[in-house]
Amino acid sequence: MPTWLDDLLYAYQNVIHALGVNGLLALSMYVVLAVGQLSLGQAAFMGLGAYSSALMTLKLKLPFLLVLPLSVVVPVAFALAIGVPTLRLAGVYLAIATIGLGEVLRALYLNLDITGGALGLSGIPERAETWMIYGLLGAAILALWLVGRSGVGRAMEAMREDETAAQVMGVPIRRYKMGALLASAVLAGLAGCLSAHVSSFIGPNEYGFEPAVTILSYVLLGGLGTPLAPVLGAWVLTLLPELLRGFSDIRLVLNGVIIVLAVLFLPGGILPVRMRRRAA
Amino acid sequence: MTPAQPLLALQGLTRRYAGLVAVDTVDMQVQPGGVHAVIGPNGAGKTTLFNMVSGLVVPSAGRIALNGQDVTALAPDRRAALGLGRTFQNIRVFAGMTVLENALTGLHARLHAGLLSTVLRLPRFRLEERAAVEQARAALDLVGLAGKADWRAGALSYGDQRRLEIARAMAPNPRLLLLDEPAAGMNPAETESLATLIRSLRGRTTVLLVEHDMGFVMDISDRVTVLNFGRLIYEGAPAQVRSEPAVIEAYLGHKVAARLAAGAKAGVRGAG
Repeated sequence: MPTWLDDLLYAYQNVIHALGVNGLLALSMYVVLAVGQLSLGQAAFMGLGAYSSALMTLKLKLPFLLVLPLSVVVPVAFALAIGVPTLRLAGVYLAIATIGLGEVLRALYLNLDITGGALGLSGIPERAETWMIYGLLGAAILALWLVGRSGVGRAMEAMREDETAAQVMGVPIRRYKMGALLASAVLAGLAGCLSAHVSSFIGPNEYGFEPAVTILSYVLLGGLGTPLAPVLGAWVLTLLPELLRGFSDIRLVLNGVIIVLAVLFLPGGILPVRMRRRAA
Repeated sequence: MTPAQPLLALQGLTRRYAGLVAVDTVDMQVQPGGVHAVIGPNGAGKTTLFNMVSGLVVPSAGRIALNGQDVTALAPDRRAALGLGRTFQNIRVFAGMTVLENALTGLHARLHAGLLSTVLRLPRFRLEERAAVEQARAALDLVGLAGKADWRAGALSYGDQRRLEIARAMAPNPRLLLLDEPAAGMNPAETESLATLIRSLRGRTTVLLVEHDMGFVMDISDRVTVLNFGRLIYEGAPAQVRSEPAVIEAYLGHKVAARLAAGAKAGVRGAG
């Protein structure tokens, strides 16, 4: 590797890690929106993945290649527990319920000794490698692409368009909603584990309401047409604050204006391409 | 001789809402084959009845049996898998998807390849998908939409969207097809060609339909059930429905019914 590239990667490694992790988070939002569910528990799943994996590394001294797959266990268990009652809710009620659950978890992290209270957990060894982040991101995009172009993806799109009609046509909507929620928990849990093991510190406020909305904005900006769209949305919104650094004081205002304009004028997202399904 | 098993049997079917009984202890049977119509004035409970049969509304009391099997507690998708198809009064095609994809969605309950073989397009899935596409195209052909298979469903005309709904419901060859006001919003020419289409479904499936357009109902039905204020007030052949006093009263009020009855006694033929 040439020295300049090495320097560049080193100088920007935080941004490079954030792009990969936020891409995974965008996909975890995408899978639930793809079946028409406005479920905003992704930040909560991420927090569960981050805290549980950090504790496995710090307290149990497990090797990272074991911690990474195990980091999905707690988020998935949580998704199973909340899935049954919350999936009966629709639209904005589901959004409120899932945000509320996230806040409950945040209060727990703040008050439990094992999670370090308000100080969070620090000194987490930086064991996640860039290739792991992008390997998982690539695998997730590929898996979701394959599902999306199949008959399962067709049924998911039908659910998104009209849940009642899809159910009457024989689509088992409860199973699909649960499947989407579990996939969302897996992706966000992995993202949480990876981010905890590149930043060495995690705290309760990283997984509250604000990140939940940020993750939603990735998909709003990117669109739902293909799994690439939300990832692109995440990348634009992750890079924007960096690119707008020159504007210092009004940086966040500009960031907000760009999101509002995108939602107003690009209702299909910045990548409104629809997935093509070959008819056998 | 024992009567043939009814395709659909409703027993004491009731749905109460706060302060209102939308469907009141309805007992009704649909025999296999032919076209059975449910008619009644606005608010008679026809759509609530349909929604209970397809599983979208939970009955307050009563039982629903499809082909002898109790389906009262089954979710709509399970009923679809047992051979129940339906269309909606307000069109509900998947507007953003293609016409063919709409019809393929109707076949969802017929697809059995697992997630893995579906996603990886293994041979079992390909075989199944090819058969499904053939079946979906046949259904589109049936309603005359074969030439528009690649259109976006939302770009179809109103009449064609109704036809697509029928194709989507017919694709899996349901035993019982529920049509919820299929002629609503159609002009006379469209209604006529829809009647031809529904007649052509005879022999392929059993049709149970809800309709306001009386001429249309009389034209295509073999049997008519009349609901009023949630109660079944008459059931019989279409020809007899028109002269049934209870039906006339439900539609035209008791004064007109009484006048018509008096007129009939005096040897004057009732209008219509």
